[in-house]
Amino acid sequence: MTVHSAHALGRSHFTRRRAANTIAAAAMTVALIAALVPLLAVIGYTVSRGAGALSAGFFTHSMRGVADRDPGGGAYHAIVGTLEQVGLATAMSVPAGLLVAVYLVEYGSGRLAALVRFVIDVMTGVPSIVAGLFVYAFWVLALHKGYSGLAAAFALSVLMLPVVVRASEEMLKLVPDELREASYALGIPRYRTVLRVVLPAASAGLTTAVMLAVARVTGETAPLLLTAFGFDAINPNAFKGPQSSLPLFVFRQVSSPYAPAVQRAWAGALTLIGVVLGLTVVARVLTRRSRLVA
Amino acid sequence: MSKRVQAEAVSAWFGDHQAVADVTLTIEPKQVTALIGPSGCGKSTFIRTLNRMHEAVVGARMSGRVLLDDDDVYAPGVDPTAVRRTIGMVFQRPNPFPTMSVAGNVASGLKFGDQRPARREMAGIVERALTQAGLWDEVKDRLDKPGASLSGGQQQRLCIARAIAVEPEVLLMDEPCSALDPVSTLVIEDLIAELKDRYTVVIVTHNMQQAARVSDVTAFFNLSGAGEPGRLVEVGRTAKIFTRPDDERTEAYVTGRFG
Amino acid sequence: MLLLAIGLFLAIQAAPAFRAMGPRFFSERQWLPSPPAYGIAALAFGTVVSSVVALVIAVPVALGSALFLTEVAPRRMGRPLGYLVDLLAAVPSVVFGLWGLLVLVPALIPVERFLDRWLGFVPIFANRSGLFGRSIFAGAVVLGIMVVPIVAALAREIFNQVPQANREAAQALGATPWETIRTAVLPFSRGGLVGATMLGLGRALGETIAVALVMGAAYTVNFRITEVGGNSLAANIATKFGEADELGRAALIASGLVLFAITLVVNVAGRLVVRRSVVVGR
Repeated sequence: MTVHSAHALGRSHFTRRRAANTIAAAAMTVALIAALVPLLAVIGYTVSRGAGALSAGFFTHSMRGVADRDPGGGAYHAIVGTLEQVGLATAMSVPAGLLVAVYLVEYGSGRLAALVRFVIDVMTGVPSIVAGLFVYAFWVLALHKGYSGLAAAFALSVLMLPVVVRASEEMLKLVPDELREASYALGIPRYRTVLRVVLPAASAGLTTAVMLAVARVTGETAPLLLTAFGFDAINPNAFKGPQSSLPLFVFRQVSSPYAPAVQRAWAGALTLIGVVLGLTVVARVLTRRSRLVA
Repeated sequence: MSKRVQAEAVSAWFGDHQAVADVTLTIEPKQVTALIGPSGCGKSTFIRTLNRMHEAVVGARMSGRVLLDDDDVYAPGVDPTAVRRTIGMVFQRPNPFPTMSVAGNVASGLKFGDQRPARREMAGIVERALTQAGLWDEVKDRLDKPGASLSGGQQQRLCIARAIAVEPEVLLMDEPCSALDPVSTLVIEDLIAELKDRYTVVIVTHNMQQAARVSDVTAFFNLSGAGEPGRLVEVGRTAKIFTRPDDERTEAYVTGRFG
Repeated sequence: MLLLAIGLFLAIQAAPAFRAMGPRFFSERQWLPSPPAYGIAALAFGTVVSSVVALVIAVPVALGSALFLTEVAPRRMGRPLGYLVDLLAAVPSVVFGLWGLLVLVPALIPVERFLDRWLGFVPIFANRSGLFGRSIFAGAVVLGIMVVPIVAALAREIFNQVPQANREAAQALGATPWETIRTAVLPFSRGGLVGATMLGLGRALGETIAVALVMGAAYTVNFRITEVGGNSLAANIATKFGEADELGRAALIASGLVLFAITLVVNVAGRLVVRRSVVVGR
């Protein structure tokens, strides 16, 4: 390159602008690193501290009769609780959420649908502890039902519903209109088109939507404090009496000053992160695949 | 002002797809050069290689040389933003900045300049650019209104004013009238005829009548089949290209027998 | 619908606390069972200050990384990195709390000392107690980390809606990437970004467990954010619920109602702003 050409195409003040651009790009890169470092740090610490504390006994024992400073004990009771609570919450919120999503995509138009969508969006912002308080006020206090896994499932449903609706709405929108029109052209009524054509076509996407919603609520702690309350022994009956859950287990153990309890907290956190991030990653991968097909 | 642009063996790709193959073309200053050809023949991609806008697309690359007078546009160390300042561009669809006023749009390019003009000078530059773009009388009372409030034809002239406010040497126009009504089109065509006194003007058009009306030189691009890269078939004085071209493919195209 | 039901039931069950405390509920700082003295002044203060500091930390990081992913990074790289940032939102808050308490708080103590030593002339950074660690600052850092993926995801969506023609217009005038962002991208998305920030604020205000574990649970109004202390409406519910008597629980529900009202307002406003800007964008 000749000096002349540099002069013609890149004149004086140029260095200042280029410097501004370089600084901005560097700042953006630093921001991205700052956003990613905590993720790696959280996962890294949880894996390294939790892996040592995990053992077969952790998955097969409860905390019954185990004091904070005793080693041993496990999260079996908490895992049972989480499975039941999340299972019940899924059973309640998925059908309801799907119904709303189908309404929004297939039937909804105009103001009402816009309003529903807006309310659902706002609901995603309801703090989880408020959802717990609501179920506590309504179910435990007003109806005198007491703490139970079911109450926890109600609270989780409140949190899960908007996630299911928005995620499955996205998936239903991906179903091409040609498919619907083809069905209408055959004289198939709308509700059957939805049931027989649209839902099956979106089934892979809907599965991932549900997985994301499950992942979102499995890690919830705050609402469970007020509804499942927590319990050190195994309570397999989700409909009666307090229950534990994995996040509650971690919270209880980390609140203790003794090393064995903190160990158990890390082990519980590792289990929890494994389940939640595992579900999220699998759902993401599946979503990408179904998008590629669609 | 107004420099010669020489493309030497320019090829361009999007990912694995080659869009332009081996175009060598000299574009003379103070003339209007029209690039015509069927859609997909690479004429738009080609002019985007001239001001290094092509590389702004994800996955795009090119080979060959582009000279602006004696300066290699792709020489190492040449900043693409400096190239784009020197070789201005007007797009198919008018794209004024929606959040800026009419005057703000015209002045926007100056803010990227070597020396940012003072506020007082700025007003003069805005007026001059708008006058050159034939828009001054229509908008002088609403310079602070949003650029998006103008009609489509006015918006396109606003974009032309924005492009010439930075005093480029060359003005590339990528089907500048395709989104406009016939009356606005005519206004822009008249404008192009005036602009060539000051700038090297290159216009891509799929409208042969337009090329015949506004250009001094016409280059015909063609592709041999779907998925094939576009190539330059023939270039010459516009009158010659439209009356007695050398290549029979050009003749078929300008007489409307295909494309 | 459900939102109304939530408000209604909380209000009914909170009534005894409002009756017992009257307007003092909003001015009282203490949270004591006998004699009953329940008030949200300190809690509301801690909630708002920690959330605002969290946003001051999180918004630049979120916007910077979103800009990097949409405007600077090649798409092949931007996508997976975007997924990674999203993944941060999936980490349960109790894990953030655990990590925050056991790893981050000790690591932040030198930072807090540094702020006190060199920026102590700014009142909020001064530390007169000499106690560092479980402070509002530490809580805000954890909250900030949790808010980043939310704001970043919304910001990426907003930036992606800026028409390509807008960017090309700037590029064709010879704008550098940064100048393109400043003239063609940011002005276009300003409204949406305000909304995204508000939604992030809503998230920070309502976060419970991480705050309960990281902040010092003190019922004080203290602007010196590096001193040990700090509490929030949500965290207080989690920590005091187990030991509360009947009136205490009513008071907790009342504080939850206040939290619900605040987050509802922030979320509705945020959604409206985001939606309006997106509609204009189309």
